[in-house]
Amino acid sequence: MGFFERINQYLHSSFGLVGRLLLIIAAVLIAYGAFNKPLWFMEFEAQMYKDPPLRLYIYANRLEGGDVPNRDDIREINALNHYIGMDPIVAEDFKEFLWLPLGFGIIVILLLRAAVLGEFKTMIDALVIMLYFGGFSFYDFYHKLWYYGHNLAPDAPIKVDPFMPPIFGTKKIANFTVTSVPGHGSWMLFIAGGLILIAFLYESIAYLKRQRQGAAQTQAAPPN
Amino acid sequence: MGNRNQRAWVRMGLILGLFALAVLIAAYAASCQRAEKVERGKAPTATRPSTGGGGMVSAAEATYVPPGEKDDYYLFYSGGHSGNVFVAGIPSMRHIATIPVFTPYPSTGYGFDDETKKMLGGFTWGDVHHPNLSKTNGKYDGRWLFVNDNANNRIARIDLRDFKTKEIIDLPNVAGAHCSAFITDNSEYILYGTRFSIPFPIGTYAPVSDYKEKYKGVVGAVRIDPETGKMSTPWQIVTPPFDWDLGATGHGISHGWGFWTSYNSEMATGKLEVTASQNERDYTLLVNWKKVDEILENNPNLGRVLNGVRVLEPKDIKGAIFFIPTAKSPHGVDVAPNGKWIVASGKLASIVTVFNFEKILKAIENQDFTDTVFDIPVLNYDSVKEAEVNVGLGPLHTQFDNKGYAYTSLFIDSAIAKWKLEEWKVVDTIKVSYNIGHLLVPGGDTVEPYGEYVIALNKLSHGRHLSVGPSQPESSQLIDISGEKMRLLYDAFTEPEPHYAISIKASELEPKVIEVYDLEKDNKDPNKITSIEQARIERTGPNTVEVWVALVRSTIYPTEVEVNEGDTVIFHLTNIEQTTDELHGFGIVGYNVNVVVDPGETKHVTIKADKPGVYPYYCTNFCSALHQEMQGYLVVKPKR
Repeated sequence: MGFFERINQYLHSSFGLVGRLLLIIAAVLIAYGAFNKPLWFMEFEAQMYKDPPLRLYIYANRLEGGDVPNRDDIREINALNHYIGMDPIVAEDFKEFLWLPLGFGIIVILLLRAAVLGEFKTMIDALVIMLYFGGFSFYDFYHKLWYYGHNLAPDAPIKVDPFMPPIFGTKKIANFTVTSVPGHGSWMLFIAGGLILIAFLYESIAYLKRQRQGAAQTQAAPPN
Repeated sequence: MGNRNQRAWVRMGLILGLFALAVLIAAYAASCQRAEKVERGKAPTATRPSTGGGGMVSAAEATYVPPGEKDDYYLFYSGGHSGNVFVAGIPSMRHIATIPVFTPYPSTGYGFDDETKKMLGGFTWGDVHHPNLSKTNGKYDGRWLFVNDNANNRIARIDLRDFKTKEIIDLPNVAGAHCSAFITDNSEYILYGTRFSIPFPIGTYAPVSDYKEKYKGVVGAVRIDPETGKMSTPWQIVTPPFDWDLGATGHGISHGWGFWTSYNSEMATGKLEVTASQNERDYTLLVNWKKVDEILENNPNLGRVLNGVRVLEPKDIKGAIFFIPTAKSPHGVDVAPNGKWIVASGKLASIVTVFNFEKILKAIENQDFTDTVFDIPVLNYDSVKEAEVNVGLGPLHTQFDNKGYAYTSLFIDSAIAKWKLEEWKVVDTIKVSYNIGHLLVPGGDTVEPYGEYVIALNKLSHGRHLSVGPSQPESSQLIDISGEKMRLLYDAFTEPEPHYAISIKASELEPKVIEVYDLEKDNKDPNKITSIEQARIERTGPNTVEVWVALVRSTIYPTEVEVNEGDTVIFHLTNIEQTTDELHGFGIVGYNVNVVVDPGETKHVTIKADKPGVYPYYCTNFCSALHQEMQGYLVVKPKR
C-alpha cells in the first residue's frame, strides 16, 4: 500500500472505547467550562483597591465584576479608565459574545460526533477546528486588549503612553498592578485539549499496533 | 527492531502526554488556590490580649485596635443639645461618624435638601437624650435606632441599614420628651412621657399659680410598624402634674409593662431644686400597656382624641396603672435581664430601691394598696420592695452585666458601684472623672447583656485633656468589668453632650450595613437618573426650571444652568457612582446650598433664583484627582 492509501485507511478506520470516552469527557469539560466559568480573569490592585482588588471576569458571553459588596467593579474600572481616555468596557462592544459561544458549541458537537462515529478523521476534524478556534480567540483577545490600551482619547485629562495590558502575568500601570491570567473556563479548555491529544495519541498508537500485528499474522501464515 | 523502537516512542508519547496533563491540572489547581486566597482577601483579625491583670501597658493593649482593624462594638452616643448621634467603636473609643438627627449638618448635607429640611420641620436643633435599639425577643435586632428630642418633643428613627435618619414624629401634648425612647422587647412600642407638666392639651393658657389644678402630665406609647418601622401615636395617659424623668420596659415576666420615675410629686412650682425635694418618696409609675391595648380593643372609643392621639384618664384603664413609692426624687429606673428586679435609683438618697416584680403582681392581685393618688392605686411599698441597696451618693442609673452584677452610677461620688443582685451587696467601686450621669454596659438593657465593659458617661472632664478654653468637652471612660475589680482603660472625649449611649456587637450589625445604594434596586426616586446621558434641564412651569443632575467623577452634568431671576430651580441630584466612599457634594456659591449625595442616591434641592449674576456650583466633598475641576455655573439672567 502506498503512503496515501495508508493515511486514508487510517483516517477511515475506527478507534476504541478509551478514545471515545476521553472525547466525551473533553466535550463535557468544554460545555461546562466555556459556558459557566470565566475564560479570563483580570485583577487591578492599588492602595485603595486591595481588600479585595478590582476584578474583571471575562466569560464567553458576558463580563462580570468582582462580587464585592458596595462596589460595582466594572463601573469602577470604567470610571477610572475614563481619566486616561480609554473606551468604556461594555458588553455591547464585544461581538465575541456572539461567536464565542457559537464556536464552543460547534466544537462540543464535533467532539460528540467523533465519539459516536469513532472514525479518526472525525477526531482530527474536531482537534484541528478546536486548535484553530482557540488560536483565533486568543489572537482576538490579544487584539482587544491592544486596542483598549492604544485607542486612548486625545483629549483625556491624564495623558499616558499607549500600552499593552498584560495578557499573562502582572504589569504595573500607573498606580495599579494589573494581573491577567486564564480563568477556570480556559483551564478546562486546556485540559480538554490535553485529553483530546491523549485520545489521539493513544488511539493512533493502538491503531499502529493493530496494523503491525495484522501484518505479522499475515507474514506468519503458511503460504497457500 | 523497528517494532521495539516504535514501542519506545509510544511509551514516551504517552508519558509526555500524561505529564503535560498533570502540569495543566497542577497549574489549574494553583490558579484556583490563588483565586481563593484573593477571595478571602482580608487580613486575619488579631485576637486582642485579655484585659486581665493590671498596669498601663495591658490597659493600652486592651483598647488598641491596630491600623486597618475594626472595633468589636458599635457605640451610639446621644449627642445631647447638638441634636446629633455620635458613632464610636469599643474598645478604641474612636469617633467614627456623626448621624445628624434634629440639627442641620452641612458635613452630610443634612437639612439642606428638600426631604430632610421638611423632616426637620423648621427646627434647627434638638436635644437628644436616650438612644435605644430596636429589639426582637428582648435582644437587639440591628434594624433601627430611636432617639428622643427633649426640647421639641420628637422621636426620630434612624435606619441602621444606612445610618440615616428616616423619620421624625411629634409627640402630641408633651412638653419635654425626656423619658423616652424606651423600647419594648419586641419593638411593639416606644415609651415616652412629658418631663414638664403643662396645661392640657398643649397650647392651653393657665397661670403657674394654677399648677396643681390645671397642669397635667402625660405618659404614652409610640407604636412601631414591625415591617417599615414607621411610628404612630395610638394612645397616651393623663397623669398628675409630676415631672416624668426616666423610663424602662419590662423583660420576661414584666414584659408588657412600662416603668417611669417621677420627681416633684410635691407638684410644686418656683425654685424646684428646693420645692420639689421635700418628699422622702416620690413615685415610680407602672403601666401594663398590653392591658391598655386590650381595654382599647374592647372599647375603642374610650377617652378623647386630642391632637391626633387618644387620651385616656387613669380611671379609664383601671387595673393597668399603679404607683410605687420610691426614694427620693428617683432618676433612673432599670429592669434586670431576668425582668424580675426593677431598680430605681434615688438621686437624693444614697440607695437604690429594688422592687420584686413577682411581689408587685401579687400585691396587685391582693389589692394591697396604701393610697390612691389621682385615681391611681399606690402599691404597698413594704410588700413589693425586695431590697434597698446602699450604693453611695447620688445614684442615677443602673446597668446589668451577664454575670449577675449591677452597676450604678453615682453622680455626687463621681463613681460607679458594682453590686451583686440577690445578695444586694456592693462588691467594688471605681472613681470616674467626673460626675457621671448615665453609664452603659453593652447590651445592658437587654435580656442577654454582652458584659465586658462599662462606659461612664461623665458630665465634667476638666484637667483630663489639653486645655481648650472654657468650653469643655464631655468625657466617657471605658472600664473593664471582666475581672473581679473594675479597671479604668481609657478616657475619651466627645462634643457636648452624650447623655445615654447604646452599644451593639459589630458582628450583629455590620453585615447588614450598606455603603452604596444600588441604582436599580435601592433607589426608587422617580427623578433619579442613572447615566450622564440622562442629565438635562427642563422648564417645567412658567417660573420653574427642573435640572436632573448627574454627579460622577469628575464632572457635574450639566455643566451650566441658565435660569431667569425669580425662577424656582429644582435640582434632582443623583450620584451615579456605584462604589463605596465615592461621595459627591453640590454646593452653590452664595446660595446657602450644600447637599452631599452618596453613591447611588438621589436628593433634591429647591432654590429661588432671586439673585442675578453667575454663581458657580461645585463638588464640596473631595472625590477624585480632578475634584477641583468638578464645577459648573448657575447663570441667573436679571429681570429687565
